Amino acid sequence: MSAQPKLKPTASFDPLAARADFEILSREVYGKPLVYLDSAASAQKPRHVLYAMQAFAASEYANVHRGVHCLSAAATERYEAARETVRSFLSAAHTDEIVFTKGGTEAINLVSYSHLAPRIQPGDEIVLSVMEHHSNIVPWHFLRERYGAVLRWVDVNDDGSLDAEAVDAAIGPKTKLVAIAHMSNVLGTISPLKEIVARAHAKGVPVLADGCQGAVHLPVDVRDLDIDFYALTGHKLYGPTGIGVLYGKRALLKFMRPFNGGGEMIREVGRETITYADPPARFEAGTPPIIEAVGLAAAVDYVSALDREAVAAHEHDLLSYATGQVQELNWVRVIGEAKGKGSILSFETQGMHAHDVATILDREGVAVRAGHHCAQPLMERFGVASTTRASFALYNTRDEVDAFVAALRKARTILG
Amino acid sequence: MDQSLRELYQEVILDHSRHPRHFGALADATHSGEGYNPLCGDRVKIYLLVDGDNRIADIGFEGKGCAISQASASLMTDMLIGRTVDEAEELMGGFVHLVKGESANGLAEEDRERLDVMAGVSAFPMRVKCATLAWHTMKSALEGGEAAKTE
Repeated sequence: MSAQPKLKPTASFDPLAARADFEILSREVYGKPLVYLDSAASAQKPRHVLYAMQAFAASEYANVHRGVHCLSAAATERYEAARETVRSFLSAAHTDEIVFTKGGTEAINLVSYSHLAPRIQPGDEIVLSVMEHHSNIVPWHFLRERYGAVLRWVDVNDDGSLDAEAVDAAIGPKTKLVAIAHMSNVLGTISPLKEIVARAHAKGVPVLADGCQGAVHLPVDVRDLDIDFYALTGHKLYGPTGIGVLYGKRALLKFMRPFNGGGEMIREVGRETITYADPPARFEAGTPPIIEAVGLAAAVDYVSALDREAVAAHEHDLLSYATGQVQELNWVRVIGEAKGKGSILSFETQGMHAHDVATILDREGVAVRAGHHCAQPLMERFGVASTTRASFALYNTRDEVDAFVAALRKARTILG
Repeated sequence: MDQSLRELYQEVILDHSRHPRHFGALADATHSGEGYNPLCGDRVKIYLLVDGDNRIADIGFEGKGCAISQASASLMTDMLIGRTVDEAEELMGGFVHLVKGESANGLAEEDRERLDVMAGVSAFPMRVKCATLAWHTMKSALEGGEAAKTE
């Protein structure tokens, strides 16, 4: 195994130096340098994360919270330290407010099954925006199908922005939850989350934020936001797959019923009786993703050691540079132009289907996403079946934007 | 340019996708079917007129999709009109083998030559479903079954 990569906290950001931490970015595809512009789907992992997972598995691994032996104690310590790392990252008040899940999707489903389902009555409402990812739509559809809940959709403006007033207007006496993306995976729109929370709370309604994109690009302070639930996933945050996080306020988690049943989530099991563990263990049935938790903590440490403002400025520079270039092409329509949006560029290409464009880009080494991006209500809102999406991460460069635009022009010459 | 891209997006394919043959609904259809690719959200609807001799007298199709799916649907209409249902099913089977890069020995020489323009798809495994959507939909329309799906 190679030597442990060291974190070097700096007060500025050098994308080329950071790039060197991501081994995969130096590979080629079809004989061309890889230009990875699909980080909104899943980000690549720095060697710090890969090292941490391998080193942990090679030297300290065992099951957690079970054995009294040395390795189990070491693994438990690392697993709980990862929880503390995430708590600090989100500025949560208590470590027991951090529940490890298998991803962002499971985190949202946990709220649906454990918090809302036991409380929902026919006609109760859930407010959500049209720019939600299916993972923040389908769990609420379940409540509609099974318990007669009503989904109240909040539209976005034509530029893709979301107004807190519009969310507020959708909240009524029967609203039981507001579920909103912190940052849209298609439009890049950043929700006015703090204002939404304030308005929802004024009406006594809790708010869940889908932070799968937001936590990657924005500082998150759950106490400052006063948010009730915040879901995020590891693999978009330069961490491993198979792990996500649900932050929930202590007062809410405490009254949530279990979701999965199994080991570790109980206090005592009898033949006819059962009592459950306190949160977060209550929601972590079975052997949790232990190695992945260590990897997630390494990813959080990696991101936290960077000057996050400088990273955000770099990503914003890539976004505006790319947006300016594609807008010069009169056959491209950018979808999502909200002020201050995150580094996601979705667009429609006149006379060319997104999948054909993405296939040609791929052969030029440029990896983008094409399709409906698991956001079909949003596609319908903008009257498109699919879009092409380039998403920019900390390791991307202006040269890569140039390669992307050149490949796009090539697609036009082939298909146009 | 990349040779496999040139084969995938050859002029015949682009021509079919820009000017699809037999595009539109059939008022007197005896069969119809709808296909959907949940991966990309593409849809296709196929209308068929099968006469008393079990021969496909006419085909129409509607839908939006990528160049590959549109060209494939268009080419299919061209090739199936005038065939009996049995002949059509044989051709459909051969086509699916062809775009997957498998042996399509069952195809007549002349059919094989005409379908060869789609053979480039086999180098793009992620796009095979685009090419087969209309054909699967045709099969389900003939069988009167559920909506076809490629995912």
